[in-house]
Amino acid sequence: MNIAVCVKQIPDPAAPGRLAPESFNLIREGKLVMDDSDAYGVEMALQLVDAAGGGDVTLVSMAPNGETSGLRTALAMGAARAVLVSDERLAGSDALSTAKVLAAAIRRNPFDLVITATESTDGYTGTVPVQIAEILGVAAVSFVKKVTLTGTRALIERQTESGYDEIVSELPLVISVTAGVVEPRYPSFKGIMAAKSKPIESLSLDDLGLDDSNVGGSGAREMVVALRQAEARQGGQVIEDDGEAYAKIVEYLKELKVV
Amino acid sequence: MNGSIWVLIEDQDGVPSATSLELISAAHNFVEKVSGFAFSTNPTGLSKALEHFGVERLYAVTADQSSLPGVVLSHALAQVLTQGSELPRALLCAQSYTGRDTLARLSVKLDVPVLTNVVNLIEVDDDLRAEHQIFGGEEVASSQFTHPGLRLFGVRAKSFVPKETPSKEVVIENVTVEGIGLSDSAKVVSTHSEERLGPKLDEAAVVVAGGRGLGQAENFLFIEELAKLLNAAPGASRAIVDAGWVPYSYQVGQTGKTVKPNLYIAIGISGATQHMVGMKGSKNIIAVNKDKDAPIFQIADLGVVGDAHKVLPKLIEALKQR
Ligand SMILES: Cc1cc2nc3c(=O)[nH]c(=O)nc-3n(C[C@H](O)[C@H](O)[C@H](O)COP(=O)(O)OP(=O)(O)OC[C@H]3O[C@@H](n4cnc5c(N)ncnc54)[C@H](O)[C@@H]3O)c2cc1C
Ligand SMILES: Nc1ncnc2c1ncn2[C@@H]1O[C@H](COP(=O)(O)O)[C@@H](O)[C@H]1O
Repeated sequence: MNIAVCVKQIPDPAAPGRLAPESFNLIREGKLVMDDSDAYGVEMALQLVDAAGGGDVTLVSMAPNGETSGLRTALAMGAARAVLVSDERLAGSDALSTAKVLAAAIRRNPFDLVITATESTDGYTGTVPVQIAEILGVAAVSFVKKVTLTGTRALIERQTESGYDEIVSELPLVISVTAGVVEPRYPSFKGIMAAKSKPIESLSLDDLGLDDSNVGGSGAREMVVALRQAEARQGGQVIEDDGEAYAKIVEYLKELKVV
Repeated sequence: MNGSIWVLIEDQDGVPSATSLELISAAHNFVEKVSGFAFSTNPTGLSKALEHFGVERLYAVTADQSSLPGVVLSHALAQVLTQGSELPRALLCAQSYTGRDTLARLSVKLDVPVLTNVVNLIEVDDDLRAEHQIFGGEEVASSQFTHPGLRLFGVRAKSFVPKETPSKEVVIENVTVEGIGLSDSAKVVSTHSEERLGPKLDEAAVVVAGGRGLGQAENFLFIEELAKLLNAAPGASRAIVDAGWVPYSYQVGQTGKTVKPNLYIAIGISGATQHMVGMKGSKNIIAVNKDKDAPIFQIADLGVVGDAHKVLPKLIEALKQR
């Protein structure tokens, strides 16, 4: 069972985001971290490989500046190796070119399953996973809550608006998993030490046979052209509960004619 | 703008989803001719409902019913678009499960990019620009395409208001899809729906939502009880959906439902940006949170700094007395 897991490395989500004044690209300076959303995919891959009784978990990431700290976190969880596509020309990539790059990196090795998160914390287009599948020419199931593998078949529960669907598919397959599907493990001290010597293969666009006419910043065919402040919503009255705050709420409900 | 715009129509129990109708009305802001594209078991029923929204033509796709809709729809769209004589200017899809899957596959097939999470469309120089909320809705970015081609948009629910037009017959055009290949190897074998009582979350006039501040799953009963008293829909933050306290269909926010009720009551919810983008458009907001610095207070019309376990029972009792 060979599983590729996409791991996006993003600026610390706790720090306020900013767009560059002219290019309107998201500013990605300082250390990047593993997108928390991808921890679920890493955990699920490790569990599936365990259950299958063998195989490898390979991480795949694209980042313009050679960043590996997020990958080290995922390696410390137990993944065997990582592939990082890093190239200056990748700055300003849109979702489609990201998918082209990730798909090219994934298809260099045989895979049974590709796992991603349903959407990234900083980009949240939610299109990259299924774009990867279409490029690879395989099936995709997005918003996966549960997976069981038997031989070359996957039995899947997929979240829907009103409940869930049961889906059966042959491998190879791309799945995007929701947060909360599994409980991601914390890297142990041993894991963190071991991660330091695990291989991270670094690839450029040339290594992948791609050129910047259709990927990366110059290949992106959409751009942010303006930025404005949204109309701010004014906060209203804030009161401390002195035991009687419920009455204030009732009063407000009456004012709105809700009761 | 000249030309036409196509809208992905999602069949929800035989009728077009609310967002599909919003998108049709959005399209009418720019062009006269709007066509629909649907994977449905009941195209005649759908076309009847679409008569009141000014849809010229409904492309009704027939395929293996157990296939995933995004696979079928993207295949059918590519088929019609590459054969068709008159191409649309844009395709509008909801930022939903099916909408996203369709856009993702179609963008690869046609090699054109997608603009996602769109909350508004603007015509500039005979082209469409899209507005997106970023940083939790504090700023609005406008994006445009830089190369010619079909414009693909993923639009968030409740971004446009559906408007009825004088009734006009819809021409149904059948599209049959077969032999999609490997990408169609995932098949739906069964569907499970969770029963929900009371008004629908994205349609209710009042929403009562609970978050991690409730402390434990059992306390969601208070939210349900309060919701019942106010004829409201219960909702939730993702934190408690992930924790398994309530099903996903309760989730409000970026990856859940967008709600714009007359009143939104947030109890024990911090107000993370991803939660706020789903409920900021509510007319009135009440928040109860024990942390006076919780971000939710910045947008609440009435904020109560207090313990949910104290405020909720008293509030419920007072409403019962009435
Ligand atoms: C890509 C992505 C998508 C996401 N999509 C969504 C989404 O769609 N919807 C969503 O909601 N979130 C979403 N999130 C998650 C979001 O970032 C937050 O983690 C989540 O909203 C937090 O939920 P919460 O407010 O219930 O929990 P917390 O942030 O833990 O807040 C709990 C609050 O309860 C208060 N509290 C504690 N005890 C009490 C008490 N006794 N009485 C009163 N108050 C109390 C605390 O002060 C705190 O403010 C997404 C995140 C990512 C990365
Ligand atoms: N640059 C990247 N490197 C690795 N994985 C990525 C990258 N961009 C997107 N992904 C994967 O695709 C998912 C969806 O991303 P998005 O479409 O941007 O919301 C992410 O959660 C990741 O799992």
